Amino acid sequence: MNTLQSPVRGQGRSYRIRARFCRSSPGRELVFAMLLTFLAVTANAACLTRGTGDLGVIIERASGSVQIVDTTARSSLFRVEGLGDLSHATVVFSRDERYAYIFGRDGGLSKIDLLCGTLVKRVMQAGNSIGGAISQDGTLVAVSNYTPGGVKVFDAATLEQVANLPAVDDKGKSSKVVGLVDAPGQKFVYTLYDAGEIRIADMSDPAKPVVQRFRHIGRLPYDALITPDGRYYIAGLFGEDGMALVDLWDTGKGVRRILDGYGRGEEKLPVYKMPHLEGWAMAGRYAFLPAVGHHEVLVVDSAGWREIEHIAVHGQPIFVEARPDGRYIWVNFAHPLNDTVQVIDTRSLKVIKTLKPGKGVLHMEFTPRGEAVWISVRDRDLVQVYDTRSMKLIAELPAEKPSGIFFTDRAHRTGL
Amino acid sequence: MLSAPVFLLCLSTVAAAAPDTQRQAELLYLLNQDCGACHGLTRKGGLGPALLPENLRNRSVTLLVNTILDGRDGTPMPPWRGELSEQDAQWLVEVLRNGEGL
Repeated sequence: MNTLQSPVRGQGRSYRIRARFCRSSPGRELVFAMLLTFLAVTANAACLTRGTGDLGVIIERASGSVQIVDTTARSSLFRVEGLGDLSHATVVFSRDERYAYIFGRDGGLSKIDLLCGTLVKRVMQAGNSIGGAISQDGTLVAVSNYTPGGVKVFDAATLEQVANLPAVDDKGKSSKVVGLVDAPGQKFVYTLYDAGEIRIADMSDPAKPVVQRFRHIGRLPYDALITPDGRYYIAGLFGEDGMALVDLWDTGKGVRRILDGYGRGEEKLPVYKMPHLEGWAMAGRYAFLPAVGHHEVLVVDSAGWREIEHIAVHGQPIFVEARPDGRYIWVNFAHPLNDTVQVIDTRSLKVIKTLKPGKGVLHMEFTPRGEAVWISVRDRDLVQVYDTRSMKLIAELPAEKPSGIFFTDRAHRTGL
Repeated sequence: MLSAPVFLLCLSTVAAAAPDTQRQAELLYLLNQDCGACHGLTRKGGLGPALLPENLRNRSVTLLVNTILDGRDGTPMPPWRGELSEQDAQWLVEVLRNGEGL
């Protein structure tokens, strides 16, 4: 728009244009209209005309910026700055995959346009936040907060607030909220860290949310996930060896403890970073989950939620992610062992490969059909791309202190 | 992680020597990036509490040093002893109390 405005900003030039226009013949009018069109096009030249199904967002945690990347060309398209404190950040996508919603540590909610590389709107909705989700129908965006605790819900188009869901427990104390996901039936499901409670908010009528509560789920739930079918919601517990499960198809059964005492009484190792229960690493009936305080990946049979194996790994697992076909599981680790990625074969349940991308491996994201995985290596200011079949490095992109990597195919997956 | 001389220094009760410049840079990086995972890059808190000067004013230095070295039971705060010496922890507490490096 700047190019269009500049000729009329000075009075003299503006006058000259008008004067010429007054004297103009129909031919001249056409030329003038074409000129205006040309200027308008030039103004929008920065916006791309293409699909967004192979795009993604990389968080640059220390500089409050993101890169918009192309996973086919393995290149960076745009850098968007001014997004605040992204030392912890997560991203969801509009279901047309044009926009990304970025939830920052400082309570900022930013909507960016992937085709134009621009910040569309940004609201400061809380003092300190941890995560977000987009509703089943794509019209609502929810943010989970630490300070003050609770969940706020926004119109996905305008970022106007439509609902506030406080996380106050029975004693009147506000709780930090973790593990916020969307669920079928226009619901958001989330967990109260301090209170040890799971809640389901039905947002069918945003003006009148209906909240269902599940108390006494266990001590210090640190994160949660939902199965891809949207049926089971599972919260990981930091305060005890076990997880809390709610069957969303049968909420009358209440909350159920699974994997109780998975540490088998072994002394807990220090945890220098909280594991993330993002997504759902599944291969056939088996689910793969990070143990807490044990350098193990737990293998669970989803048919009865019993542990069938625990696989010794390099360190405290942070992300345990299945390649989309479920053939291999990729795992990264907490400080000080965060220079390593291990790959588990889901048939033999053994570690078959150990990679050393470098210090500060923070996140891994598979391309939609899993031929490649993108890995952020914070301390080397790099994002590395590995071929998931050969497990060899095939590309590197520079990025400032990269952390989370998010590809647009998440737009169509429940819980992401 | 600790080199032998540093380790011996930890065991002894020799008066605390401040970490050298290189170690200070390492500690600041650790504070921002790894402590920051729970306490926030800007120390305003996350799953862990805020570590700004006003949050620490009424806490004793000993308590803070011990919390860093031995963790805090019943919370996710892990013990950093083994990776951090007493001098390291004391230096970090000073940095936090003075709001340096923000």
